Amino acid sequence: MTPMTKIPFATAVLGMIATVAIGADHIDPAVGAAIKARQSHMQLFAFNLGTLGGMAQGKIEYDADAAQIAASNLDALASVDFHPYFVVGSSSADASDTRALPAIWEDPEGVLAALAKLQGATAEMAGSAGGGLEGLQAAMSALGGACGACHQAYRAPAN
Amino acid sequence: MSFSAWSALLAAVALLAVVLLKPDPLANTFFEGLAGDADRGALVFAAAGCASCHTAPGAEPSETPVLTGGRRFASPFGTFAAPNISSGPQGLGNWSDIDIANAILLGEGLNRTHLYPALPYSAYRNMTRQDAADLIAYLRTLPPANTPNQPHDVGFPFNIRLGIGVWKVFFNRGDWILETVQSPEMERGRYLVEVLGHCGECHTPRGILGGLDRSRWLAGAPNPAGQGQIPNITPGKLGWSTEEIVEFLSTGFTPEFDTAGGQMAEVIAGLARLPQSDLEAIAAYLKAVPALD
Repeated sequence: MTPMTKIPFATAVLGMIATVAIGADHIDPAVGAAIKARQSHMQLFAFNLGTLGGMAQGKIEYDADAAQIAASNLDALASVDFHPYFVVGSSSADASDTRALPAIWEDPEGVLAALAKLQGATAEMAGSAGGGLEGLQAAMSALGGACGACHQAYRAPAN
Repeated sequence: MSFSAWSALLAAVALLAVVLLKPDPLANTFFEGLAGDADRGALVFAAAGCASCHTAPGAEPSETPVLTGGRRFASPFGTFAAPNISSGPQGLGNWSDIDIANAILLGEGLNRTHLYPALPYSAYRNMTRQDAADLIAYLRTLPPANTPNQPHDVGFPFNIRLGIGVWKVFFNRGDWILETVQSPEMERGRYLVEVLGHCGECHTPRGILGGLDRSRWLAGAPNPAGQGQIPNITPGKLGWSTEEIVEFLSTGFTPEFDTAGGQMAEVIAGLARLPQSDLEAIAAYLKAVPALD
C-alpha cells in the first residue's frame, strides 16, 4: 500500500470503529426521544383506561361525567398522528429499550388498519361510556381487542 | 436360543408393540342418544380456543371463522402445521362425528394413526360427550376452505407416529390435576382450565419428552416460539384479584391496562365470548391451584 492509499484506508477504518463505538454506547437522541414519547403516549392511554376499567370492574363507582371525559380523552389520544413517534431506526432490532417490532416499518398498511380499528373502538366507547355502566362494559371488549391485536402483531413479548 | 428363535421372539415383540401402540377408537355408540346443538357448540369452540390455531395465519377474529389451517408451531421436536378442519372436503367434510371425536378426544386420525399432541387431546380427553357433540355440530356450520394440509416438519425419530403411542402411555393420563373441588363453580373452572381451555399446554413447563411437568402446573414455561416466557399464573406469582382476572380474560387488559400479547390475545378473543360466570369460574380455579414460585 502506498502512502497515498494508506490515508483514505486508515480514515475508513477509523470511521468504522467510530460507528461501531457510537452504535454500542449511544443511540441517536432523536430515536431515544421518539421511543420515550410513544411510550408516554401509551401511558396516557393506560391512565384513561384505568378510569373506565375501574368502573367496568366495580372498583370505582360509575360516574357518567368522569367516564365520558376518560372516553373522550381516549378518542383524542387515538386520533393523534403517530408517524413522528415511529422514526426509522427505532425498532426493537435497533434499540434495547423498546418492544416495537421491525414489522411496524415493514407493514405500514397493516399498522394503519390496526390504528383505524382502535379509532373505531375509542369512538364507540366515547359514544357509550357516558350513557350508563352497561354500555361502558360492552365497549371494553372491542377496545381491548383493538389494543391487543396491534400489540400481538407489532410488539415483542415482554422480557 | 438359536438365531431363528431370537428372530421369531423379536418379531413377536415388535408385532405386540405395534398392536398395543395402535390407538383404540371410541365405540360407535359414543354419541348414542345425544343431539349436537351448534349454538352451544359455538361456546365450546370459543372456550377450547380452536380458532387460535386452526384459522389461517394472521386471520382476523370472526363470527364464522374459516378453519383453513396452515399456522406453523415450532417445538423442540419439529414444526407442526395446523391442519384444515373446515367443513369442506379438504377439512373434516368427509369425517364422521365419531372420526372427529376420535381425533379431538383420543388424538387418533383416520385409519387408526396417532396424531401429534400439538393437538391438546390429553386435555380434551375429559370433554363431556355433550360438549363434543355440540362442538362437532358447530364445526359443521362453519365455512369450507379448500386449502390442502401442509406437511409437518418433524425429523427422526419423532416422525415415527407409532412413537406417539408410547408418549400417550406416559403422558396422556386423563386424571385431574386439582383432585378435589369444593363447589360447582370450582368444578366448572377446573373443566374450563384443565380440559377445554388447555391452559397448561403453554403455562406448564415440559420435560425432555414433551410431557407436562405436573408438579409445576401453570407455573410458567419458556415460549416454544422462542422469544419470551409464558407467565406463571399460580397464586405464587399472579397477584390479581378475581375481578382483575375476569377483566383480563374478557378484554385482554391487565390491571395496569397493558394488554395481552402473542397467543394470549387470540385465546382472549375466544374467552371473551363466554358468559361472565365462566370467567369467574376460571378465576376461582386459578386462585385455588398450588402457589408456585
